[in-house]
Amino acid sequence: MVKFNINDLNIWFGSAQALKGVSMKIMRNEILSVIGPANSGKTTFLRMLNRMNELHPNFKMSGEVELDGRRTSELDVESLRKRVGTVFALPLPLPLSIFDNVAYGVRMHGLKSKAATSDIVERSLQEAYLWDEVKDRLGTSAFKLSGGQQQRLCIARTLAVEPEVILFDEPCSGLDPISTAKVEDAMLKLKVNYTIVLVTNNVKQAARVGDRTAFFLSGELIELDITDKMFTAPSDHRTEGYISGKFG
Amino acid sequence: MRNPKRNQKIAFFFLFLATLLIVVPVGMVVVIIVVKGLPAINWQFLSDIPRQGMRAGGIFPAIVGTVYLVLGAIIFALPIGLLAAIYLSEYAKENLLNRMIKLSIVNLAGVPSVVYGLFGLALFVVFFKFGASILSGSLTLGIMILPIIITTSREALESVPQSFREVSLSLGASKWQTIRHIVLPNAIPGIITGTILGIGRAAGETAPILFTVAAFYLPQLPKSIFDQAMALPYHLYVISTQVPNVDEKIRYGTALVLLTLVLFMNLTAIIIRYKFRKKKKW
Repeated sequence: MVKFNINDLNIWFGSAQALKGVSMKIMRNEILSVIGPANSGKTTFLRMLNRMNELHPNFKMSGEVELDGRRTSELDVESLRKRVGTVFALPLPLPLSIFDNVAYGVRMHGLKSKAATSDIVERSLQEAYLWDEVKDRLGTSAFKLSGGQQQRLCIARTLAVEPEVILFDEPCSGLDPISTAKVEDAMLKLKVNYTIVLVTNNVKQAARVGDRTAFFLSGELIELDITDKMFTAPSDHRTEGYISGKFG
Repeated sequence: MRNPKRNQKIAFFFLFLATLLIVVPVGMVVVIIVVKGLPAINWQFLSDIPRQGMRAGGIFPAIVGTVYLVLGAIIFALPIGLLAAIYLSEYAKENLLNRMIKLSIVNLAGVPSVVYGLFGLALFVVFFKFGASILSGSLTLGIMILPIIITTSREALESVPQSFREVSLSLGASKWQTIRHIVLPNAIPGIITGTILGIGRAAGETAPILFTVAAFYLPQLPKSIFDQAMALPYHLYVISTQVPNVDEKIRYGTALVLLTLVLFMNLTAIIIRYKFRKKKKW
Protein backbone atom coordinates (compact mmCIF):
# COMPACT_ATOMS: atom_id res chain seq x y z
CA MET A 1 0.00 0.00 0.00
CA VAL A 2 1.37 3.36 -1.00
CA LYS A 3 1.02 6.07 1.64
CA PHE A 4 2.81 8.97 -0.03
CA ASN A 5 3.29 9.30 -3.74
CA ILE A 6 5.77 12.02 -4.70
CA ASN A 7 6.16 12.98 -8.31
CA ASP A 8 8.83 15.26 -9.83
CA LEU A 9 9.06 17.49 -6.76
CA ASN A 10 11.11 20.68 -6.95
CA ILE A 11 11.42 23.11 -4.04
CA TRP A 12 13.03 26.52 -3.92
CA PHE A 13 13.70 28.89 -1.06
CA GLY A 14 14.15 32.21 -2.81
CA SER A 15 16.58 31.46 -5.63
CA ALA A 16 18.22 28.46 -3.96
CA GLN A 17 16.83 25.11 -5.07
CA ALA A 18 16.56 22.72 -2.13
CA LEU A 19 15.03 19.71 -3.88
CA LYS A 20 15.48 18.72 -7.53
CA GLY A 21 13.08 16.44 -9.35
CA VAL A 22 12.42 14.00 -6.52
CA SER A 23 10.02 11.14 -7.30
CA MET A 24 9.40 8.32 -4.85
CA LYS A 25 6.80 6.36 -2.94
CA ILE A 26 6.51 5.88 0.80
CA MET A 27 4.78 2.64 1.78
CA ARG A 28 2.33 2.20 4.60
CA ASN A 29 3.70 0.88 7.93
CA GLU A 30 7.30 1.09 6.88
CA ILE A 31 10.17 2.96 8.43
CA LEU A 32 11.82 4.94 5.68
CA SER A 33 15.21 6.31 6.67
CA VAL A 34 16.44 9.39 4.88
CA ILE A 35 20.19 9.95 4.98
CA GLY A 36 22.55 12.40 3.35
CA PRO A 37 25.10 15.07 4.24
CA ALA A 38 24.14 18.52 5.57
CA ASN A 39 22.24 20.68 3.04
CA SER A 40 21.22 17.69 0.98
CA GLY A 41 17.50 18.51 1.29
CA LYS A 42 16.53 15.82 3.84
CA THR A 43 14.70 18.15 6.21
CA THR A 44 13.09 20.08 3.35
CA PHE A 45 11.83 16.77 2.03
CA LEU A 46 10.41 15.86 5.43
CA ARG A 47 8.78 19.23 6.05
CA MET A 48 7.16 19.09 2.64
CA LEU A 49 5.17 15.98 3.63
CA ASN A 50 2.99 17.98 6.04
CA ARG A 51 3.46 21.35 4.33
CA MET A 52 5.59 22.88 7.08
CA ASN A 53 7.81 24.44 4.41
CA GLU A 54 5.01 26.86 3.67
CA LEU A 55 5.85 28.76 6.85
CA HIS A 56 8.97 29.97 5.04
CA PRO A 57 8.13 33.26 3.29
CA ASN A 58 10.12 32.59 0.08
CA PHE A 59 9.02 29.01 -0.43
CA LYS A 60 8.11 27.82 -3.94
CA MET A 61 7.43 24.32 -5.21
CA SER A 62 6.43 22.38 -8.28
CA GLY A 63 5.39 18.75 -8.66
CA GLU A 64 2.92 16.60 -6.78
CA VAL A 65 2.69 15.11 -3.32
CA GLU A 66 -0.19 12.71 -2.76
CA LEU A 67 -1.31 11.24 0.56
CA ASP A 68 -3.56 8.19 0.07
CA GLY A 69 -4.14 9.28 -3.50
CA ARG A 70 -5.12 12.87 -2.74
CA ARG A 71 -2.88 15.87 -3.35
CA THR A 72 -1.78 17.38 -0.04
CA SER A 73 -2.17 20.88 -1.49
CA GLU A 74 -5.92 20.21 -1.79
CA LEU A 75 -6.24 19.01 1.80
CA ASP A 76 -7.07 21.32 4.67
CA VAL A 77 -3.64 22.06 6.17
CA GLU A 78 -4.74 21.52 9.81
CA SER A 79 -6.19 18.08 9.11
CA LEU A 80 -3.14 17.17 7.00
CA ARG A 81 -0.87 17.99 9.94
CA LYS A 82 -3.11 16.05 12.28
CA ARG A 83 -2.63 13.01 10.02
CA VAL A 84 1.09 13.62 9.47
CA GLY A 85 2.83 14.50 12.74
CA THR A 86 6.37 15.71 13.35
CA VAL A 87 8.99 15.04 16.00
CA PHE A 88 11.62 17.76 15.71
CA ALA A 89 15.39 17.53 15.97
CA LEU A 90 15.61 19.25 19.33
CA PRO A 91 13.23 18.34 22.13
CA LEU A 92 10.75 21.22 21.94
CA PRO A 93 8.23 21.01 24.74
CA LEU A 94 5.60 23.72 24.77
CA PRO A 95 5.76 26.00 27.83
CA LEU A 96 3.04 23.98 29.56
CA SER A 97 2.83 21.13 32.04
CA ILE A 98 3.65 17.57 30.98
CA PHE A 99 -0.06 16.75 30.85
CA ASP A 100 -1.02 19.85 28.87
CA ASN A 101 1.79 19.23 26.38
CA VAL A 102 0.40 15.82 25.49
CA ALA A 103 -3.21 17.02 25.60
CA TYR A 104 -2.52 20.12 23.49
CA GLY A 105 -3.20 18.57 20.07
CA VAL A 106 -6.47 16.83 20.89
CA ARG A 107 -7.74 19.89 22.76
CA MET A 108 -7.04 22.03 19.70
CA HIS A 109 -9.01 19.51 17.66
CA GLY A 110 -12.00 20.05 19.87
CA LEU A 111 -11.85 17.36 22.59
CA LYS A 112 -13.56 18.70 25.72
CA SER A 113 -14.10 15.66 27.94
CA LYS A 114 -11.63 15.51 30.83
CA ALA A 115 -11.83 11.75 31.20
CA ALA A 116 -11.19 11.12 27.51
CA THR A 117 -8.26 13.57 27.56
CA SER A 118 -6.72 11.81 30.57
CA ASP A 119 -7.06 8.47 28.79
CA ILE A 120 -5.35 9.78 25.68
CA VAL A 121 -2.53 11.36 27.70
CA GLU A 122 -1.88 8.14 29.60
CA ARG A 123 -2.02 5.96 26.50
CA SER A 124 0.28 8.27 24.52
CA LEU A 125 2.83 8.50 27.31
CA GLN A 126 2.83 4.72 27.59
CA GLU A 127 3.31 4.34 23.85
CA ALA A 128 6.32 6.66 24.11
CA TYR A 129 7.71 4.72 27.13
CA LEU A 130 7.55 7.75 29.39
CA TRP A 131 4.48 7.03 31.54
CA ASP A 132 6.29 5.27 34.39
CA GLU A 133 8.79 8.09 34.73
CA VAL A 134 6.27 10.95 34.82
CA LYS A 135 2.95 9.54 36.05
CA ASP A 136 3.39 11.11 39.51
CA ARG A 137 4.21 14.60 38.24
CA LEU A 138 2.04 15.25 35.23
CA GLY A 139 1.33 18.78 36.47
CA THR A 140 4.96 19.92 36.52
CA SER A 141 6.57 21.89 33.73
CA ALA A 142 7.76 19.87 30.75
CA PHE A 143 11.03 21.82 30.98
CA LYS A 144 11.86 20.01 34.23
CA LEU A 145 12.38 16.75 32.29
CA SER A 146 15.77 15.61 31.00
CA GLY A 147 16.57 15.94 27.30
CA GLY A 148 15.77 12.30 26.53
CA GLN A 149 12.53 12.45 28.49
CA GLN A 150 11.57 15.68 26.73
CA GLN A 151 12.08 14.02 23.36
CA ARG A 152 9.90 11.07 24.35
CA LEU A 153 7.33 13.61 25.61
CA CYS A 154 7.39 15.18 22.15
CA ILE A 155 6.79 11.73 20.63
CA ALA A 156 3.86 11.19 23.03
CA ARG A 157 2.49 14.62 22.10
CA THR A 158 2.61 13.69 18.41
CA LEU A 159 1.04 10.27 19.07
CA ALA A 160 -1.81 11.81 21.06
CA VAL A 161 -3.46 13.27 17.97
CA GLU A 162 -3.44 9.77 16.39
CA PRO A 163 -1.55 10.55 13.20
CA GLU A 164 -1.14 8.06 10.37
CA VAL A 165 2.40 9.13 9.54
CA ILE A 166 5.11 10.32 11.93
CA LEU A 167 8.02 12.36 10.62
CA PHE A 168 11.16 12.20 12.74
CA ASP A 169 13.66 14.97 12.00
CA GLU A 170 16.98 13.76 13.46
CA PRO A 171 15.19 12.95 16.71
CA CYS A 172 18.31 11.68 18.48
CA SER A 173 20.80 14.36 17.47
CA GLY A 174 20.91 15.81 20.97
CA LEU A 175 20.53 12.59 22.96
CA ASP A 176 22.89 10.24 24.75
CA PRO A 177 23.21 6.60 23.54
CA ILE A 178 20.80 5.18 26.13
CA SER A 179 18.07 7.73 25.34
CA THR A 180 18.74 7.11 21.64
CA ALA A 181 18.19 3.39 22.14
CA LYS A 182 14.89 4.10 23.91
CA VAL A 183 13.70 6.37 21.11
CA GLU A 184 14.71 3.82 18.45
CA ASP A 185 12.97 1.11 20.41
CA ALA A 186 9.82 3.22 20.48
CA MET A 187 10.02 3.76 16.72
CA LEU A 188 10.30 0.04 15.95
CA LYS A 189 7.21 -0.69 18.03
CA LEU A 190 5.28 2.22 16.52
CA LYS A 191 5.83 0.82 13.03
CA VAL A 192 2.95 -1.62 13.53
CA ASN A 193 0.42 1.20 13.58
CA TYR A 194 2.15 4.10 11.87
CA THR A 195 4.14 4.96 8.81
CA ILE A 196 7.45 6.47 9.85
CA VAL A 197 9.85 8.69 7.96
CA LEU A 198 13.13 9.16 9.79
CA VAL A 199 15.66 11.78 8.76
CA THR A 200 18.95 11.03 10.41
CA ASN A 201 22.57 12.12 10.30
CA ASN A 202 23.53 8.85 11.88
CA VAL A 203 24.05 6.25 9.14
CA LYS A 204 24.16 3.44 11.67
CA GLN A 205 20.77 4.49 13.01
CA ALA A 206 19.33 4.31 9.50
CA ALA A 207 20.76 0.80 9.18
CA ARG A 208 19.35 -0.26 12.58
CA VAL A 209 15.75 0.90 12.22
CA GLY A 210 14.98 1.56 8.54
CA ASP A 211 13.08 -0.88 6.33
CA ARG A 212 14.11 1.13 3.32
CA THR A 213 16.65 3.92 3.08
CA ALA A 214 16.75 6.95 0.80
CA PHE A 215 20.01 8.74 0.12
CA PHE A 216 19.86 12.45 -0.75
CA LEU A 217 22.74 14.50 -2.11
CA SER A 218 22.54 18.20 -3.08
CA GLY A 219 18.76 18.10 -3.30
CA GLU A 220 18.59 14.99 -5.48
CA LEU A 221 17.38 11.53 -4.53
CA ILE A 222 20.39 9.40 -5.45
CA GLU A 223 19.18 5.99 -4.34
CA LEU A 224 16.23 4.40 -2.59
CA ASP A 225 16.34 0.73 -1.68
CA ILE A 226 15.80 -1.94 0.97
CA THR A 227 18.08 -0.96 3.85
CA ASP A 228 19.98 -4.26 3.91
CA LYS A 229 20.71 -4.09 0.20
CA MET A 230 21.66 -0.43 0.36
CA PHE A 231 24.18 -1.05 3.10
CA THR A 232 25.69 -4.18 1.57
CA ALA A 233 25.51 -3.53 -2.18
CA PRO A 234 24.60 0.08 -3.04
CA SER A 235 24.09 0.61 -6.75
CA ASP A 236 25.50 4.14 -6.86
CA HIS A 237 29.12 4.84 -6.01
CA ARG A 238 28.14 8.09 -4.24
CA THR A 239 25.89 6.15 -1.85
CA GLU A 240 28.74 3.76 -1.15
CA GLY A 241 31.07 6.66 -0.54
CA TYR A 242 28.73 8.32 1.95
CA ILE A 243 27.82 5.14 3.84
CA SER A 244 31.41 4.09 4.18
CA GLY A 245 32.32 7.55 5.48
CA LYS A 246 34.40 8.74 2.52
CA PHE A 247 32.57 12.09 2.55
CA GLY A 248 29.71 13.87 4.27
CA MET B 1 52.08 47.58 29.07
CA ARG B 2 48.31 47.52 29.22
CA ASN B 3 46.90 46.18 32.40
CA PRO B 4 43.61 44.34 31.79
CA LYS B 5 42.72 44.34 35.52
CA ARG B 6 43.14 48.09 35.74
CA ASN B 7 41.16 48.68 32.52
CA GLN B 8 38.37 46.56 33.89
CA LYS B 9 38.32 48.64 37.08
CA ILE B 10 38.13 51.85 35.05
CA ALA B 11 35.30 50.45 32.94
CA PHE B 12 33.38 49.37 36.05
CA PHE B 13 33.90 52.80 37.57
CA PHE B 14 32.39 54.60 34.59
CA LEU B 15 29.51 52.17 34.29
CA PHE B 16 28.79 52.63 37.99
CA LEU B 17 29.07 56.41 37.65
CA ALA B 18 26.56 56.46 34.80
CA THR B 19 24.10 54.42 36.86
CA LEU B 20 24.61 56.74 39.83
CA LEU B 21 23.95 59.77 37.62
CA ILE B 22 20.55 58.34 36.80
CA VAL B 23 19.62 57.07 40.23
CA VAL B 24 20.57 60.16 42.23
CA PRO B 25 18.37 62.74 40.43
CA VAL B 26 15.39 60.37 40.37
CA GLY B 27 15.88 59.66 44.06
CA MET B 28 16.21 63.38 44.81
CA VAL B 29 12.98 64.17 42.95
CA VAL B 30 11.12 61.58 44.97
CA VAL B 31 12.70 62.66 48.27
CA ILE B 32 12.00 66.36 47.73
CA ILE B 33 8.39 65.75 46.73
CA VAL B 34 7.80 63.45 49.67
CA VAL B 35 9.46 65.76 52.22
CA LYS B 36 7.73 68.92 50.99
CA GLY B 37 4.41 67.31 50.15
CA LEU B 38 3.83 65.01 53.09
CA PRO B 39 2.78 67.80 55.51
CA ALA B 40 -0.14 68.62 53.19
CA ILE B 41 -1.49 65.09 53.14
CA ASN B 42 -4.45 64.53 55.40
CA TRP B 43 -7.96 63.17 55.00
CA GLN B 44 -9.43 66.54 54.04
CA PHE B 45 -6.79 67.06 51.34
CA LEU B 46 -7.65 63.73 49.74
CA SER B 47 -11.43 63.86 50.06
CA ASP B 48 -12.50 67.52 49.88
CA ILE B 49 -13.06 69.85 46.95
CA PRO B 50 -10.64 72.78 46.46
CA ARG B 51 -11.64 75.84 48.51
CA GLN B 52 -10.67 79.52 48.78
CA GLY B 53 -9.62 79.78 45.16
CA MET B 54 -7.71 76.46 45.39
CA ARG B 55 -5.55 77.76 48.22
CA ALA B 56 -7.13 75.39 50.73
CA GLY B 57 -9.41 72.40 50.87
CA GLY B 58 -8.62 69.23 48.94
CA ILE B 59 -7.97 67.86 45.49
CA PHE B 60 -10.52 65.06 45.39
CA PRO B 61 -12.13 66.07 42.04
CA ALA B 62 -8.70 66.10 40.39
CA ILE B 63 -7.85 62.64 41.74
CA VAL B 64 -11.16 61.26 40.48
CA GLY B 65 -10.70 62.97 37.12
CA THR B 66 -7.23 61.53 36.60
CA VAL B 67 -8.39 58.02 37.55
CA TYR B 68 -11.27 58.27 35.05
CA LEU B 69 -9.00 59.59 32.31
CA VAL B 70 -6.34 56.92 32.78
CA LEU B 71 -8.90 54.10 32.94
CA GLY B 72 -10.66 55.47 29.87
CA ALA B 73 -7.41 55.73 27.96
CA ILE B 74 -6.42 52.14 28.84
CA ILE B 75 -9.88 50.74 28.05
CA PHE B 76 -9.63 52.37 24.63
CA ALA B 77 -5.95 51.82 23.83
CA LEU B 78 -5.20 48.34 25.23
CA PRO B 79 -7.63 46.26 23.13
CA ILE B 80 -7.00 48.19 19.93
CA GLY B 81 -3.25 48.30 20.52
CA LEU B 82 -3.09 44.60 21.30
CA LEU B 83 -5.12 43.62 18.22
CA ALA B 84 -2.93 45.82 16.03
CA ALA B 85 0.20 44.32 17.57
CA ILE B 86 -1.07 40.79 16.92
CA TYR B 87 -1.82 41.67 13.32
CA LEU B 88 1.57 43.32 12.78
CA SER B 89 3.65 40.58 14.39
CA GLU B 90 1.69 37.48 13.34
CA TYR B 91 -0.23 38.18 10.16
CA ALA B 92 1.33 41.12 8.29
CA LYS B 93 3.73 39.98 5.58
CA GLU B 94 7.25 41.34 5.67
CA ASN B 95 7.15 43.99 2.95
CA LEU B 96 7.97 47.64 2.48
CA LEU B 97 4.50 48.90 3.39
CA ASN B 98 4.38 46.98 6.66
CA ARG B 99 7.92 47.97 7.56
CA MET B 100 6.91 51.60 7.04
CA ILE B 101 3.81 51.13 9.18
CA LYS B 102 5.89 49.64 11.99
CA LEU B 103 8.44 52.43 11.72
CA SER B 104 5.81 55.15 11.80
CA ILE B 105 4.17 53.62 14.87
CA VAL B 106 7.51 53.64 16.67
CA ASN B 107 8.01 57.27 15.64
CA LEU B 108 4.50 58.24 16.78
CA ALA B 109 5.61 57.47 20.33
CA GLY B 110 8.00 60.41 20.05
CA VAL B 111 5.47 63.00 18.85
CA PRO B 112 5.15 65.88 21.38
CA SER B 113 2.09 65.47 23.54
CA VAL B 114 0.75 68.93 22.75
CA VAL B 115 0.33 67.79 19.15
CA TYR B 116 -1.92 65.00 20.39
CA GLY B 117 -3.82 67.63 22.37
CA LEU B 118 -4.47 69.68 19.25
CA PHE B 119 -5.42 66.57 17.32
CA GLY B 120 -7.88 65.59 20.06
CA LEU B 121 -9.34 69.07 20.05
CA ALA B 122 -9.89 68.99 16.31
CA LEU B 123 -11.20 65.43 16.07
CA PHE B 124 -13.07 64.61 19.27
CA VAL B 125 -14.04 67.98 20.71
CA VAL B 126 -14.94 69.77 17.48
CA PHE B 127 -15.54 67.23 14.72
CA PHE B 128 -17.28 64.50 16.71
CA LYS B 129 -18.86 67.19 18.94
CA PHE B 130 -17.98 65.38 22.16
CA GLY B 131 -17.07 68.79 23.57
CA ALA B 132 -14.49 69.19 26.30
CA SER B 133 -15.30 65.99 28.15
CA ILE B 134 -13.86 62.93 29.82
CA LEU B 135 -14.62 61.01 26.61
CA SER B 136 -12.57 63.40 24.46
CA GLY B 137 -9.74 63.48 26.99
CA SER B 138 -9.63 59.69 27.39
CA LEU B 139 -9.62 59.13 23.63
CA THR B 140 -6.86 61.70 23.15
CA LEU B 141 -4.73 60.13 25.89
CA GLY B 142 -5.56 56.71 24.45
CA ILE B 143 -4.30 57.71 21.01
CA MET B 144 -1.17 59.12 22.63
CA ILE B 145 -0.33 55.83 24.40
CA LEU B 146 -1.35 53.56 21.48
CA PRO B 147 2.14 53.58 19.92
CA ILE B 148 3.71 52.61 23.26
CA ILE B 149 1.28 49.74 23.73
CA ILE B 150 1.56 48.53 20.13
CA THR B 151 5.36 48.64 20.11
CA THR B 152 5.89 46.89 23.44
CA SER B 153 3.17 44.31 22.72
CA ARG B 154 4.64 43.57 19.32
CA GLU B 155 8.06 43.06 20.85
CA ALA B 156 6.55 40.78 23.50
CA LEU B 157 4.76 38.71 20.84
CA GLU B 158 7.83 38.47 18.63
CA SER B 159 10.00 37.36 21.54
CA VAL B 160 7.96 34.15 21.89
CA PRO B 161 10.21 31.55 20.24
CA GLN B 162 9.33 30.61 16.66
CA SER B 163 9.78 26.94 17.59
CA PHE B 164 6.71 27.05 19.87
CA ARG B 165 4.61 28.20 16.95
CA GLU B 166 6.01 25.48 14.67
CA VAL B 167 5.29 22.79 17.24
CA SER B 168 1.73 24.00 17.69
CA LEU B 169 1.12 24.21 13.93
CA SER B 170 2.72 20.81 13.38
CA LEU B 171 0.16 19.29 15.75
CA GLY B 172 -2.58 20.56 13.46
CA ALA B 173 -3.55 23.63 15.47
CA SER B 174 -4.71 26.56 13.37
CA LYS B 175 -2.80 29.80 13.25
CA TRP B 176 -5.33 31.55 15.48
CA GLN B 177 -5.30 28.68 18.01
CA THR B 178 -1.52 28.93 18.08
CA ILE B 179 -1.69 32.66 18.77
CA ARG B 180 -4.46 32.28 21.32
CA HIS B 181 -3.01 29.35 23.31
CA ILE B 182 0.75 29.58 22.85
CA VAL B 183 1.86 33.03 21.73
CA LEU B 184 -0.46 35.31 23.74
CA PRO B 185 -0.10 33.64 27.16
CA ASN B 186 3.67 33.86 26.88
CA ALA B 187 3.58 37.49 25.73
CA ILE B 188 1.31 38.76 28.51
CA PRO B 189 4.08 39.93 30.88
CA GLY B 190 5.56 42.05 28.09
CA ILE B 191 2.14 43.41 27.13
CA ILE B 192 1.53 44.41 30.75
CA THR B 193 4.87 46.19 30.80
CA GLY B 194 3.67 48.25 27.84
CA THR B 195 0.43 48.98 29.68
CA ILE B 196 2.36 50.17 32.74
CA LEU B 197 4.36 52.57 30.58
CA GLY B 198 1.11 53.76 29.04
CA ILE B 199 -0.53 54.33 32.44
CA GLY B 200 2.40 56.41 33.64
CA ARG B 201 2.37 58.52 30.51
CA ALA B 202 -1.41 59.01 30.45
CA ALA B 203 -1.58 59.98 34.13
CA GLY B 204 1.21 62.50 33.93
CA GLU B 205 0.62 64.41 30.69
CA THR B 206 -0.90 67.89 30.81
CA ALA B 207 -0.91 69.00 27.20
CA PRO B 208 -3.28 66.41 25.70
CA ILE B 209 -5.96 67.11 28.34
CA LEU B 210 -5.51 70.86 28.25
CA PHE B 211 -7.87 71.45 25.31
CA THR B 212 -9.95 68.29 25.54
CA VAL B 213 -11.18 67.83 29.10
CA ALA B 214 -9.39 69.65 31.88
CA ALA B 215 -11.37 72.15 33.92
CA PHE B 216 -9.64 75.02 35.69
CA TYR B 217 -11.90 74.71 38.69
CA LEU B 218 -14.86 72.39 39.07
CA PRO B 219 -16.22 71.95 42.58
CA GLN B 220 -18.38 68.90 41.80
CA LEU B 221 -17.50 65.45 40.48
CA PRO B 222 -18.19 64.54 36.84
CA LYS B 223 -21.52 62.77 36.41
CA SER B 224 -21.02 61.26 32.95
CA ILE B 225 -18.30 60.79 30.38
CA PHE B 226 -19.56 63.90 28.61
CA ASP B 227 -18.69 66.13 31.58
CA GLN B 228 -15.53 68.11 32.01
CA ALA B 229 -13.27 67.07 34.84
CA MET B 230 -10.31 68.31 36.81
CA ALA B 231 -7.10 66.34 36.52
CA LEU B 232 -4.02 66.23 38.73
CA PRO B 233 -1.32 67.29 36.24
CA TYR B 234 -3.36 70.24 35.00
CA HIS B 235 -4.38 71.18 38.54
CA LEU B 236 -0.72 71.13 39.53
CA TYR B 237 0.09 73.42 36.62
CA VAL B 238 -2.74 75.77 37.58
CA ILE B 239 -1.85 76.09 41.27
CA SER B 240 1.83 76.45 40.45
CA THR B 241 1.58 79.15 37.79
CA GLN B 242 -1.94 80.57 37.45
CA VAL B 243 -3.09 81.09 41.03
CA PRO B 244 -1.00 83.38 43.23
CA ASN B 245 -0.16 82.66 46.84
CA VAL B 246 -0.78 78.94 46.93
CA ASP B 247 1.02 77.36 49.83
CA GLU B 248 4.06 75.37 48.71
CA LYS B 249 3.00 72.29 50.61
CA ILE B 250 -0.29 72.12 48.66
CA ARG B 251 1.61 72.11 45.38
CA TYR B 252 4.04 69.44 46.54
CA GLY B 253 1.18 67.56 48.15
CA THR B 254 -0.61 67.46 44.79
CA ALA B 255 2.58 66.20 43.09
CA LEU B 256 2.95 63.56 45.78
CA VAL B 257 -0.63 62.37 45.27
CA LEU B 258 -0.06 62.16 41.49
CA LEU B 259 3.16 60.22 42.03
CA THR B 260 1.50 57.85 44.50
CA LEU B 261 -1.48 57.32 42.21
CA VAL B 262 0.76 56.32 39.29
CA LEU B 263 2.80 54.13 41.60
CA PHE B 264 -0.34 52.45 42.88
CA MET B 265 -1.68 51.78 39.36
CA ASN B 266 1.71 50.44 38.29
CA LEU B 267 1.91 48.26 41.37
CA THR B 268 -1.41 46.65 40.46
CA ALA B 269 -0.12 45.95 36.96
CA ILE B 270 3.18 44.64 38.31
CA ILE B 271 1.36 42.22 40.61
CA ILE B 272 -0.72 40.94 37.69
CA ARG B 273 2.46 40.56 35.64
CA TYR B 274 4.16 38.68 38.45
CA LYS B 275 1.21 36.25 38.64
CA PHE B 276 1.58 35.54 34.92
CA ARG B 277 5.37 35.22 35.10
CA LYS B 278 5.00 32.58 37.78
CA LYS B 279 2.79 30.57 35.44
CA LYS B 280 5.40 30.78 32.68
CA LYS B 281 7.14 27.44 32.44
CA TRP B 282 10.35 28.14 30.57
